[in-house]
Amino acid sequence: MVKGQFSWKDYDAGNTKHEWDLQKIHAAHKVLTEFKYDKNKIEKGFANKTLYINLTTNEIKEKPVTDDMKKKFTGGRGFGLKLLWDSIQPDTRWNSEENDLVITTGPLCGSTQYPGSGKSLCLTVSPSTNIVCDSNVGGYFGPYLKFCGYDALEIQGKAKEDVIIAIDGEASVIRIETAPLEEINTHLVSEQLTYMYSSKDDERSRQRVSVVSAGHGAENSYWGCLNFSFWDIRRKVARIKQAGRGGLGTVLRDKKIKGIVARVDKFTGVENAPENPEAAAKVGTKIQKEIRDLDRYQCNMRQVGTAHLVEIMDAYDLLPCENYRFGSFPKAPKIYSMKFFENFTRVIPDGCWHGCTMACAKTVDSFEVMTGPYKGHKVTVDGPEYETVGCGANMSLWDPKWIIEFNFYCDTYGIDTISSGTAIAYYMEMFEYGILNKERCGGLELAFGNFDAVMQFLHRMADGDTNEFIKVAAKGIRRVKDWLKSKNWGDHQLIEDTGMESKGLEYSEYVTKESLAMQGGYGLTLKGPQHDEAWLIFMDMVNNQIPTFKDKAEALHYFPMWRTWFGLNGLCKLPWNDVEPANNAETDEPSKVPEHLNNYVEYQNAVTGWNINKEELILQSERAYNWQRALNVWMGRGQRRDDWIPYRSMGPVTELEYVSRQERYDKQLAEIINKPLEEIEKMDVGKKVKLVYHHRQNQYQILSDAVYMRRGWTQNGVPTPVKMKQLGFGDEQKMLDFLAKKIQEDEENGLNDWGGVYSGSEEKPSKERRYWESW
Amino acid sequence: MTEIKRAKILKFNSEKCVGCLECEKACSQVHFKCDDGGEKSAIRIHEKDGNFQMHVCNQNGLCIDMCPVGAIERMPNGTVILNKNICVGCQACVAFCPLGAMKRSASRIEPFKCISCGACVRACPEDALELVEVDIGEIKQIVFNNYGGTNHG
Repeated sequence: MVKGQFSWKDYDAGNTKHEWDLQKIHAAHKVLTEFKYDKNKIEKGFANKTLYINLTTNEIKEKPVTDDMKKKFTGGRGFGLKLLWDSIQPDTRWNSEENDLVITTGPLCGSTQYPGSGKSLCLTVSPSTNIVCDSNVGGYFGPYLKFCGYDALEIQGKAKEDVIIAIDGEASVIRIETAPLEEINTHLVSEQLTYMYSSKDDERSRQRVSVVSAGHGAENSYWGCLNFSFWDIRRKVARIKQAGRGGLGTVLRDKKIKGIVARVDKFTGVENAPENPEAAAKVGTKIQKEIRDLDRYQCNMRQVGTAHLVEIMDAYDLLPCENYRFGSFPKAPKIYSMKFFENFTRVIPDGCWHGCTMACAKTVDSFEVMTGPYKGHKVTVDGPEYETVGCGANMSLWDPKWIIEFNFYCDTYGIDTISSGTAIAYYMEMFEYGILNKERCGGLELAFGNFDAVMQFLHRMADGDTNEFIKVAAKGIRRVKDWLKSKNWGDHQLIEDTGMESKGLEYSEYVTKESLAMQGGYGLTLKGPQHDEAWLIFMDMVNNQIPTFKDKAEALHYFPMWRTWFGLNGLCKLPWNDVEPANNAETDEPSKVPEHLNNYVEYQNAVTGWNINKEELILQSERAYNWQRALNVWMGRGQRRDDWIPYRSMGPVTELEYVSRQERYDKQLAEIINKPLEEIEKMDVGKKVKLVYHHRQNQYQILSDAVYMRRGWTQNGVPTPVKMKQLGFGDEQKMLDFLAKKIQEDEENGLNDWGGVYSGSEEKPSKERRYWESW
Repeated sequence: MTEIKRAKILKFNSEKCVGCLECEKACSQVHFKCDDGGEKSAIRIHEKDGNFQMHVCNQNGLCIDMCPVGAIERMPNGTVILNKNICVGCQACVAFCPLGAMKRSASRIEPFKCISCGACVRACPEDALELVEVDIGEIKQIVFNNYGGTNHG
C-alpha cells in the first residue's frame, strides 16, 4: 500500500492493460462536419457564447449569451432551462427529434481556488418523467467546455450512426465524426478517446482531455447516466463522475453519441478572468483550511467520501433496507464506511476538479471483477458513494465487494446506481410477495440479497435481452407498476404504495417516514424524488427545529432555493455544509451555515463583479426554480397530482413494517386519535395501519398547501403570473399568458382549492381561496 | 525509481541576525525579479520579543500529494519544487502546508516556496543563514490518510 509522498509518475494502479490499435480505430472515423470558431476570452466567469449542435442536420452554430439571459437565469442550470424553453414543445419527449441534451457550466465553474467548483449541470426531457430533468456532475468536462469558449453545449437531433463530438479548444475547431469501432461501455471508451484525442502521448496531456459517455445499459433502459471523465495522472486511468438522475445517458445514446470530447492543453488558475482574483483566492483558501483542520472530526470526507453517512443513517433509522421497509438492519455494520475504507486506495488528492480538497471521490484500484463480460479484469472503480451503498442496503446486499461490483457495472454500463438499486429493491419486494416470481422475472430469482440475480439482471439488460420482464423492469418502477397492474398479479394498492418513485423517477436513499418535511423535500420537487433540493430530516425529525406546517413550508422554500443556487453557478453543494466552521452551532441559523453563505456571496461577487447580497442570491435561484416549475406545468405536469408520493415514503405500508416499529407508531396513534396507549396496544394491527395511513396522507396534503402558498403558487402548484412578474419575467409574455390560462382552467375544474382536510385547531394557510389575486 | 534520501534545508542562526531582511529581498529576486521582500519572499524573518525568527519551508514534502496536476515534485537533490507552468493555482498546497511555508503573493495566482537555492544565504551579510543537509526520513510528512482521528503522518 502506497503511504503517500511519491511522485505521480511512480504509482501503478495495477489494472488490466488494454491493447487497442487506436490508429486503426481513429482511421475509421469519417468527419461529418467541421466547424472553426473564434474562441471568446472568458470574462468574469462567462464565455458569453453557447454552442448549438444538431446531429440530424450536422449543423453547428453559436448562440450569444445576453445580459438579459444572465439577469433572468444567472447561468448553469438556468441557461439550460432557457435553451430548452427556446427549443422544445409541450409534447416533446425524451426521444423526440427536437429534444435537447444540454450541458452547462455556470460562472464559477472552472475556478480552482474554491473547493467544488467544477460541476456541470445537464438537462434534458427525461424518459422517466417526461419533463425536464437536471442532474449535476463533476469531472473535467464542464470546466474544459468553458475554457474551449462556451458556457453551455446544446445538442439537438439524432445521428444516423454512432458519432463522436470533438471540441478542440486549442485549435478552436469542433468536429462531428462517425465512430464505428470504439467501445460503448464507459470504462473502455473514455480511455480510448482520451488516448486518441490528447495532444501528446503523456499523462499531463491526457489530463487535459475529458470525455462524456454512457454505456450499453443506457441504450437499453431509462436509467442512463452521463459519465464525465477526469483523467487521474497518478492512477493513469480515466476516472468518472455521473450525472445520474433522470436518464440523461439514455438520451445521449438515443442521439447515437458515443462520446463528447473536450480538450484544452493550457489553462491557468485565473482562466475565468475573475473581477477580483485576490478575493476569490482568499475566501477559497479560508475554506480549504477549514477542511484541513475539521474534516477529520466532522464528516471524514477526505478518507471515505460520502460513505461516512452509512453508519449515521443506520443509527437514526434512515438507511433504506429491503426497499425502505426498515431504516436500520442488524447486518448494516458490514457495510459501514470503515469496510469501504479498507477497500479504498489511499492515493490522493481525489477531487473531481482541481482544488477540491474535500476529496470525496474515492476509488478502489485493481478491483477484480467477479461477473459478466469483464470477469477477471482488474479495474479502477470510482466509489462507492453513500447512495450506492444505500442501494446495497435496499437490495439487502451486505458485502462491500458486492456493492463495489454493482457500482462498477452500473458505471461502465452507463446507468444510475440510485434508480437501478431502488428499482431492483422494489422488484425484490414484489418477488417476496409472489407478485413476481422466477418465471415472471425471465428466470431470475430476484429475492432480497441475491447478488447473482442482481448482476444477471444488469448484464442481460445491457445485453439488450428481449425478455418482457427485463425490458419493462429497465424502464423503472413506474412502468413496472403499470405492468403488474395490467397483468393483475397483485393488490393494486400494494403495488402503488411500495414502489419508491414519484413523477416516474426512483427515490434516492433515505427513509423519510418520520420526517414530514423530508417527504415534502422529495415530493414537492421539480424533477422528482432526489435529495438535492432539501435534506431536512435532522432539522425536522432529530432536532425538531421546524415543528409547524408554516416552519416546514419556510424550510421547503428556503433550502430548495438555496441548493438550486449551486447548479446556477457550476458548484458542488458539499463544501457548503459537509464541513462547518468550528463555531457554527453557536450561530443564529446553524442549518444555513451562515459563514459559508457569506463565502458564496463573496465568491460570486469576486468572480462576476456583481454586487449581490445573500437575499439576492436566493432571488437568483427563485427565478430559475419557478421557471422550471412553469416549464413542467407547460409540459402538462408540475401540479399537485404530480407531487404525489408513494405511501412507503410516508409510513408503514405493511403490518410487518408497523410491528417492526410498533412502540413508535402506537405512541403516535394514541396522540392522533386521543386514546390511552393501553387501548391502542390492544387494537388490531391492520386497523392501526389504516388509521396511520389516512392521517399521514392528509398531513402531506396540508404540507403541500402551505408550501405552494409560500412559494407563490396556486393550490394546484402552478406558479402565478404575479409571482413570475415579481421575479423579473414581466416581458416573457408567452409564459405569462400560458400560466394565466392554466390557472383559469384549474379554476373551472375546481383545482384551485386546498388539498388538506382541516379539522380542530388546524387552519388553512389563507382565509382567501384565491389568495394570489391580492398580491 | 531510486529513493531520494537527503535534502538541503535552511538553518538559521538567530543570534547573528540583525533583521536587515537582505535575505527576503534576495528571495524576491529569485521568484519575482524584484527587491520587495515581504509577501514576495519565500523566507520570512520575524522579530519576536527582541529575537529574530525564520519562517521557511523545511522541504517536508506534504504538498507533493496535495497537487492535483503533479506540479510539485521532489527533485533528485531532495528539494521540493513547484513548477508554476504546470500549476493551476488551486491553493490546496497553500492551505494544507502545516508550516504555512507555501506562499502566495497577490501579484500571481501560482504559489511559490523555498527551493533551497541559497540566494538568501549568499545575501546575508551576517552569515546568519546556512544550507544544511538532512535525512528526508526525519522531516517527511504525508497527507493524513488514516480513518478519522488526529494522526497527521
